[in-house]
Amino acid sequence: MSWLHLAVLLPLIFALIIPFVYRIHKRIHIGWFVLPIPVVLFIYFLSYIPTTMSGESVMQSLKWMPHFGMNFNLYLDGLGLLFSILITGIGSLIVLYSISYLSRQEQLGNFYCYLLLFMGAMLGVVLSDNVIILYLFWELTSFSSFLLISFWREKPASLYGAQKSMLVTVFGGLSLLGGLILLILAGGSTSIQQLIKHIADIQASPFFIFAMILVLIGAMTKSAQFPFYVWLPDAMEAPTPVSAYLHSATMVKAGLYLVARMTPIFAISEGWIWTVTGIGLITLFWASLNATKQQDLKGILAFSTVSQLGMIMAMLGIGAVSYHFEGSDSQLYIAAYTAAVFHLINHATFKAALFMITGAVDHATGTRNVNKLGGLLTIMPISFTITIISSLSMAGIPPFNGFLSKEKFLESMIEVTHANLFSLNSIGILIPIIAILGSIFTFVYAVRLIGQVFLGTYKPKDLPNKPHEAPILMLIAPITLAILVITFGLFPSILSESIIAPATNAISMKQTSPVEFHMFHGFTQAFLSTLLIYIIGCLLILTFSYWIKLLKSQPTKLTINYWYDKFGSVTPNISKQITNSYVTGFTRNNLVIIFISLIIITIVTLIVTPFSINLKNVSEIRPFELIIVVLIITAASMIIFAHSRLFSIIMASAVGYCVAIFFIFFGAPDLALTQFVVESISTALFLLCFYHLPNLNRHQETQPFKWINVLVSVGAGAVVTVLGLIAYGNRHFSSIGSFYKEHVYDLAHGTNMVNVILVDFRGTDTLFESSVLGIAGLGVYTMIKLRYNNKAKDKGGHDIEETEK
Amino acid sequence: MEIVMIFVCGILTAMSVYLILSKSLIRIIIGTTLQTHTANLFLITMGGLKKGEVPIYEKGISSYVDPIPQALILTAIVISFSVTAFFLVLAFRSYKELGTDNVESMKGVIEDDRE
Repeated sequence: MSWLHLAVLLPLIFALIIPFVYRIHKRIHIGWFVLPIPVVLFIYFLSYIPTTMSGESVMQSLKWMPHFGMNFNLYLDGLGLLFSILITGIGSLIVLYSISYLSRQEQLGNFYCYLLLFMGAMLGVVLSDNVIILYLFWELTSFSSFLLISFWREKPASLYGAQKSMLVTVFGGLSLLGGLILLILAGGSTSIQQLIKHIADIQASPFFIFAMILVLIGAMTKSAQFPFYVWLPDAMEAPTPVSAYLHSATMVKAGLYLVARMTPIFAISEGWIWTVTGIGLITLFWASLNATKQQDLKGILAFSTVSQLGMIMAMLGIGAVSYHFEGSDSQLYIAAYTAAVFHLINHATFKAALFMITGAVDHATGTRNVNKLGGLLTIMPISFTITIISSLSMAGIPPFNGFLSKEKFLESMIEVTHANLFSLNSIGILIPIIAILGSIFTFVYAVRLIGQVFLGTYKPKDLPNKPHEAPILMLIAPITLAILVITFGLFPSILSESIIAPATNAISMKQTSPVEFHMFHGFTQAFLSTLLIYIIGCLLILTFSYWIKLLKSQPTKLTINYWYDKFGSVTPNISKQITNSYVTGFTRNNLVIIFISLIIITIVTLIVTPFSINLKNVSEIRPFELIIVVLIITAASMIIFAHSRLFSIIMASAVGYCVAIFFIFFGAPDLALTQFVVESISTALFLLCFYHLPNLNRHQETQPFKWINVLVSVGAGAVVTVLGLIAYGNRHFSSIGSFYKEHVYDLAHGTNMVNVILVDFRGTDTLFESSVLGIAGLGVYTMIKLRYNNKAKDKGGHDIEETEK
Repeated sequence: MEIVMIFVCGILTAMSVYLILSKSLIRIIIGTTLQTHTANLFLITMGGLKKGEVPIYEKGISSYVDPIPQALILTAIVISFSVTAFFLVLAFRSYKELGTDNVESMKGVIEDDRE
């Protein structure tokens, strides 16, 4: 147990305490008690910056289940620290914001419990060195996110969104678990750092490609990549602080973290580079295109988040090319990692700020619909300023930080087409084209976001509330973030040495040359494409009303949501049909299935395993035995063909008596005696039963019904015969009966061996056989007695006791 | 003789399965009793039908029939008798309650179990 362990567990511990504090302390907003936790953690993690800057990492181990290799080991390097600082830093601001956003009428105890649970889980994900522990925390983030999305659980849309995100992310989580287990099998260790050391084993293993695909599915679902982004727009039903924290700054970046963390293992594969880059770029383009047609402010931001995540994912993919080069060539592609890490920070700042402003606008006006909003410029000036800063940063306009990372992004996308590897220099030409297209639409929606909310005409009649500037408490957090946006834009060197370089080194496993971000590089290809983006973007904004109709006319069948809903409604029907097809409720059908599977299993076993039929060791046939054989088969077949029930009963008892005669022939007097008596009693019982039943006719059975029965029964008979023949001929040991034969008199002082076995050698069988008889007797008695009681009730409604008298 | 008995058991099994698959409850019960007879015969056959003395100890005799299968069958007879008796009463009761002995019509939700 170390301070680092305590840091991860601190939010989880407080998640338990906070609901109790909430119960006791109702006068002060409970958020104030929560606020110190992320702040303290933030400061604590900042203190690690010197450690990671010097290229060192911290490994703290705590034994949990050492036999399974499951130890709660924490590993902190540049990458883990970057995420920890993001989680705690943005977390502090979110808690501060939520204090003014959520009123005290809400169930705040639940809210902060879930939020702290999430924070702890997220810290666990980014700091765990053990893959199984990582998976546990991963699922805890899905789970707490589910709880937070459905926070307003009386709204059906919240429940729908929560269920959707749960299904998608848990699907990905399970796939990730599969991938991690394959990695453990291939690498022989549960520790990520050990796995990286055994990288040669893993790459030689047949599991390599499967592990890669499964891990990628896990990362893609969590980070809302194409086509798994469906859950994120619906998760916007959560309270705005949750959307800002989980669905823009932290949880959706868990997938990015995983991709970055696993890069040293998988980067050598061509499939990894192409998949990560390709999916990232498709997501970037598709989501930025869709963001332009959203009506809801949070909808725009949701798609924008998806598209920015795609952009970072694409950079992580391109960066993997650096693993195939050495020296300065390698540095060219490591620049993509630098850009990815920088954009990760930038996105967290400007997107969280935008979400917070959206929440403030929603609070002030009562709507988030962009068609109703407009002209809030003079009414909400501070919000307007923050929106301008963060939106323009998102669009990639100087002097904000988004511009710097976007320049680096375009630069690396163009650079990669020169790589003489994996046909990157032929098909790879598509990479910068898609990236530029995506950036154009990013520019369009980012600029329109400002225009639609704050500029244009003011429509007071459409707004549910009278708009006003948000309270200062609500604005502290977005103002802080906006200041960061400008600071990082103007002075990127604050970050580059302290955080970005260690994180990049952790991803690339190489010492990176110092990163420098410049506002202007000269007229490079990247700069020219940025200009192109601005020009086309402006043209598109001016002609917006013309082409947006075209985009909106996209048929619903072409959306992924449509297929998700379709899948959700079709699969239960299919399983219902499958179940109904064999669960018919008819006993006979079940019996036919049971007998047929018996036959099939036996036949398959006989085919697969060799067997022999050895019939030498048999006794001779005596003629009077054959007579009984003929008799018993005749009697049995008479039962089948009998039309009257009485006749079939008599034939059945004839079979029983024949069996008794067999027992006489085979030297079993006790059996014969018992069989005679039992058969007589059974027959009497059958007859008694019929005496009380009306004379029913046989049920009509159709011809196919009969033929199926004949086939099944002949099959069962044949199986029994074949098995009997095989079993009889293959006897390996002699019977233990000789022991009883020798010792029946000297040990048990009896002469009748069967009786001595029943009551002396194997007396327990007899005890329980008597119990069975007793239970059956009780059962028969109860059934008859219960019937009379019910009848008595039916007749006069009397109580049981009265009729008993 | 054992081979003959094994074939007899196979034929009886086929017949009892056929009876069990039919619609009438009584035929099903008869099928199950037939099945127990088959099982008992099978047990004694598999024990070997070598000729020997009845397993009652007498001085000077060394060759007896194997007593173990007989003890097992004796147990089986009593148990199957108990079960058959129980089944019969059950069939009788269900006929009284449901008004049919057709297994195919014994299906569906019981809305009023006193009908």
